[in-house]
Amino acid sequence: MSDQRTQVGVPVLRRDLYAKVTGAATYTVDVSPPGTLHAKVVRSSHAHARITRIERDAALATPGVVGIVVAEDLKDLFPRFGHIVPDHCILAIGKVRYYGEPVALVVAESLFAAEDAAAAVEVHYEELDAVMTAGDALADGAPLVHEEFYRAATDESFAAMAAAPTEDGDGGARDNVAHTVELEWGDVDAAFADAHLVVENERVHYPMLYAYAMEPYNAVADFRDGRLHVTSTAQHPFMVRTDLARIFDLPLSRVRVEVPYLGGGYGSKSYTKVEPLAAIGSWATGRPVKLVLDVEESIYTTRADSADVTVRSAFDAEGRIIAREFDVVLDSGAYADNSPLVLAKTVNRCFGPYRVPNLRARGRSVYTNTSPASSYRGFGAPQGSLPGELNIEKAAAELGLDSFEIRRRNLVRPGEEILRGKRGIDADLLGDLEMLANSLQSHAREDSAIGIGFTASDAGAFPVSTAQIRLQVDGSVLVLSGSTEMGQGSESALAQIAAEELGVPLDAVSVAQSDTGTGPYERTTGASRTTTLAGLALQRACTEAKQKVVAMAAEVFGLPEADIASVPGGVQVADRPRVPFGEVISRWFGAAAGEVTGVGLVRREGVTQKMPPFWEVGVVGVDVEVDPDTGAVKVRQLATVADVGFAINPRAVEGQDLGAATQGLGGALFEELIYDGPQLVNPNMVEYRVPRMQDLAERIDTMIAERGDGVGPYGAKGAGEGTLNPMAAAVAGAVAKAIGRWPTRVPLTPERVWRLMNDLPEEDGE
Amino acid sequence: MADGGELGRTVRANVNGTEVSRYVANRSTLAQFLRDDLGLTGTKVSCELQVCGVCSVLVDGSPVSACTYLAVDIDGRKVETVEGLADGDTLHPLQQAFVEEFALQCGFCTPGFLMMSVALLRRNPDPSEEDVKEYLDGNICRCTGYRPIVEAVQLAATRMREDGHV
Ligand code: FES
Ligand code: FES
Repeated sequence: MSDQRTQVGVPVLRRDLYAKVTGAATYTVDVSPPGTLHAKVVRSSHAHARITRIERDAALATPGVVGIVVAEDLKDLFPRFGHIVPDHCILAIGKVRYYGEPVALVVAESLFAAEDAAAAVEVHYEELDAVMTAGDALADGAPLVHEEFYRAATDESFAAMAAAPTEDGDGGARDNVAHTVELEWGDVDAAFADAHLVVENERVHYPMLYAYAMEPYNAVADFRDGRLHVTSTAQHPFMVRTDLARIFDLPLSRVRVEVPYLGGGYGSKSYTKVEPLAAIGSWATGRPVKLVLDVEESIYTTRADSADVTVRSAFDAEGRIIAREFDVVLDSGAYADNSPLVLAKTVNRCFGPYRVPNLRARGRSVYTNTSPASSYRGFGAPQGSLPGELNIEKAAAELGLDSFEIRRRNLVRPGEEILRGKRGIDADLLGDLEMLANSLQSHAREDSAIGIGFTASDAGAFPVSTAQIRLQVDGSVLVLSGSTEMGQGSESALAQIAAEELGVPLDAVSVAQSDTGTGPYERTTGASRTTTLAGLALQRACTEAKQKVVAMAAEVFGLPEADIASVPGGVQVADRPRVPFGEVISRWFGAAAGEVTGVGLVRREGVTQKMPPFWEVGVVGVDVEVDPDTGAVKVRQLATVADVGFAINPRAVEGQDLGAATQGLGGALFEELIYDGPQLVNPNMVEYRVPRMQDLAERIDTMIAERGDGVGPYGAKGAGEGTLNPMAAAVAGAVAKAIGRWPTRVPLTPERVWRLMNDLPEEDGE
Repeated sequence: MADGGELGRTVRANVNGTEVSRYVANRSTLAQFLRDDLGLTGTKVSCELQVCGVCSVLVDGSPVSACTYLAVDIDGRKVETVEGLADGDTLHPLQQAFVEEFALQCGFCTPGFLMMSVALLRRNPDPSEEDVKEYLDGNICRCTGYRPIVEAVQLAATRMREDGHV
């Protein structure tokens, strides 16, 4: 079978790209049903304050204003959302918890009118002491961000995540710790006592980041006749549907969330964002309401959790790890959102894909009066691997080993467990290491400073996936999947899988966009799961459809099913010519009409029983040059290995990898959201600098390792975030080699590097 | 714009070869005019600060940021947007090269890159890699890591020189 594959494993052009280059592709921001009203959010001007009064009369008198909604108006609704802990107020209730928090929603006939009126809404506050850093929030007697306890959301796979904040509540004093995670095995203390060498990195800081998906968060909602229809920039429409149904107490079947093309996601459009705001606007006015955030508002809507991590590792005389210990503190901002999961993943991912016989990792996610943190590509892995991998580099230096050798001695071998009791690693990391070493070393110069990073992420999230395939009488095929096309090329990859499985030309296959109203369930589009899990569901759907056609053909030809062979594109009886699917279908229905639907389901069973469904590996290396006068870091070489099992579309995989690596370089070298007092000093794309074209590395080598070792179709496993994850660690390691000092934080801006080189503190505390 | 009380005036312009005449609010940006009044939603908006380049369109042949350029200022001028690039069903060589080189993923930045690249190739039909990087440095893409975009522009340039495309 495998050598006959014609539609997968080959670089096909992505069909969504045609619509995108002509400007014809529809994004949420392009959707405007007739009669749509425009909304503008009135936002908090304090980090922490009681709302004493909201005056809206003057604003209501602005020409064109249709309504203004405040928290008080939501009394009959469930006024919060959150897929793990529903603590997130749609509009601030009683108090505001961060600068920029939504306080009121103005709905008007035009955007201009909405903006004018929003400026006229007067909110009176009584300021409260704020906690602006995790350190402040953890201090004794710190002001509380949340006084109340929230009942965890009911989703079983998340319920465990939410245990801490609710159970703490029984009599215990409330504090700002939103969630804690601990992971331990072996005898850590004994191992440290026996160690040949102990290496410590103290309080390594990973910054708050903004994903900057170029299409800002936006949504259009239409609430009428007890039904809610939302079009939005959601990566996980089915999860947004759950939040919306709870807010309005509607059955899931009356909430429809549709997602057209996404202008970037990278995890930052996971979970509910602006959908409840647009929905209450429509609920209050009875008209469709469109809400488009600007970039500053988007920055205040979601950021990545920042992290402070202290790590200690113990080694034996041969440079083998005998124990590791981590203490992780995440600044998760004002609301939990996905931070409990980010924390769990940071703890799972910080110690790396190594043999660690004794481990203790402790994590706390802390509420602060800053913008809420949630998912961003690879979440947990970048935060954890920066300290973890930097610590390995430091150990290598102390042990007199090079970066590659220390990893040769410690990386897990194929099939070995990284997390106790979980799926063993489905990758050959030593093989990947040699690819990386060859690439970087063969182009190294005398003064090369090479840093590398390895991560392994328990990926794919909880395996619940469904797909449908509909064979049409004219031979065309419709694929229905709940996966969102956010640029990653899932639409194209799914079409390739369907074409391969059915033996039809790629052009015959169409993939419908994600829509909870008409399409099948998909739990999420994230954690690089689409190819593996949605792909598996689709393969199963194709198998079911083919079986149905065989049964129909048996009836049509009056033969036993055993005499009918399923062949590419149709069925065959003995050595007679092939009968295409369409012909079988129309003969069975007795008209040129009808269709056959195949359904494929994936759950925790069979190949996807063991968690995680697959490991997503991150293998990267850089070769940098540091300007001795300015501290500017230039990337000479960038090398990545995508260990994807099987690349459905190799060009798309390379593209995703370079994109993820480039975002990783942004976090390593430039990007950081900076609070000064209650608000950010750089909530815009002028001062929040992201990589540009001239930052391109001189030499780029994106390699693909295909060993067929994934559980997905043809041995595939997910790709798309791996190369971001260890990037900050690799860059920090390379810079350390170039300047002979160990950085303790990223981004490694010229100033910071220059300060390090000159033995000044990395932060100037200006 | 149907909102009462908005000050504005009528502008006449040539957009992608079609003469248009519309009453626009004084504070309307060119991007709002193209997207909301003309329904040309191919032009996107992101940073609104002239730093990301997604809203780039050509006015009298020169690139401008439609997010900050006022709609009233196109009066009497010629505007080119991404919708005007293809010739019927035939893609512009830049569009074709972007698809072939995987120079886009989500595609949100693409209209801006295409219009800037059109301006570049009109000015310099044979740009070096450095020329491309310098000219397009003001356009942000978060998906691709840029290399495929540089390759696409150079591929299109080569083909256009061979075909005598203008
Ligand atoms: S939106 Fe105009 S330059 Fe960014
Ligand atoms: S393709 Fe997504 S931003 Fe460029």
